[in-house]
Amino acid sequence: MNLKTETHGKVMVVVVREERLDAHNSDELKVEMNRLFESGTKDLLVDLKEVRFIDSSGLGVMVSGYKNAATRQGSIKLCSLQTQVKSMFELTRLHRVFDIYQTIDEALESY
Amino acid sequence: MKNQIDIQITVPNQTRYLSLIGRIGENMARELDSFPGDRVTLGHHINMVLTEALVNAIKHANATDPNNEVHIRINVCDKELVIRVYDNGQGFDLDLVPGNGCPDPLNEKGRGIYIIRSLMDSVVYKKANGGHVLEMKKALA
Repeated sequence: MNLKTETHGKVMVVVVREERLDAHNSDELKVEMNRLFESGTKDLLVDLKEVRFIDSSGLGVMVSGYKNAATRQGSIKLCSLQTQVKSMFELTRLHRVFDIYQTIDEALESY
Repeated sequence: MKNQIDIQITVPNQTRYLSLIGRIGENMARELDSFPGDRVTLGHHINMVLTEALVNAIKHANATDPNNEVHIRINVCDKELVIRVYDNGQGFDLDLVPGNGCPDPLNEKGRGIYIIRSLMDSVVYKKANGGHVLEMKKALA
């Protein structure tokens, strides 16, 4: 999986550089998020601007990250969701769980 | 029946083929010019249900045996789109999957069948050809 990790102040941004986030590749994002939290990251922002498709496995990995952040008194936020990805968060009511921002700048201003 | 499409695909029991199968279904749906609704959304939904059904067959029904195969059949006529995903594993009990309600948002698993049920008009899992088939129907008219 092609992931780009960059630091913006205290916020760690993970850019998912894949068109699909599904049962084939989403475990790699889970491993990377776990690694970041274990190495001391508190505030994680996942940029999904390049993701056109997310399945239930991808959604599950996001929930895993959310719970991982919560147990460490950290946070996970999402930004730049494409229409079809956003529709799956809404269908599964996960848009009520996550803080979701339209752009990365908007998300970074929220910290 | 007019405008009949019949696509049959067999792939190894591996998640690397999810994207291929999903795209085939999505591209086919976008070509259904008799569909009165939004074909881009229909294409996304078909990609979604194919992906979820394949994962279900690979991980649950076929017990993650990469030597197994998953067989997919897509039928389209003027009024209906039918997707059948066949597995030759032990199967699972669709009745034990929670009903139409949305799963607890904090569950990491258990959304696949809910998503399929939400996006299709009927979903049945039954015995077929010595294995099982997940049959999903969507009205087009």
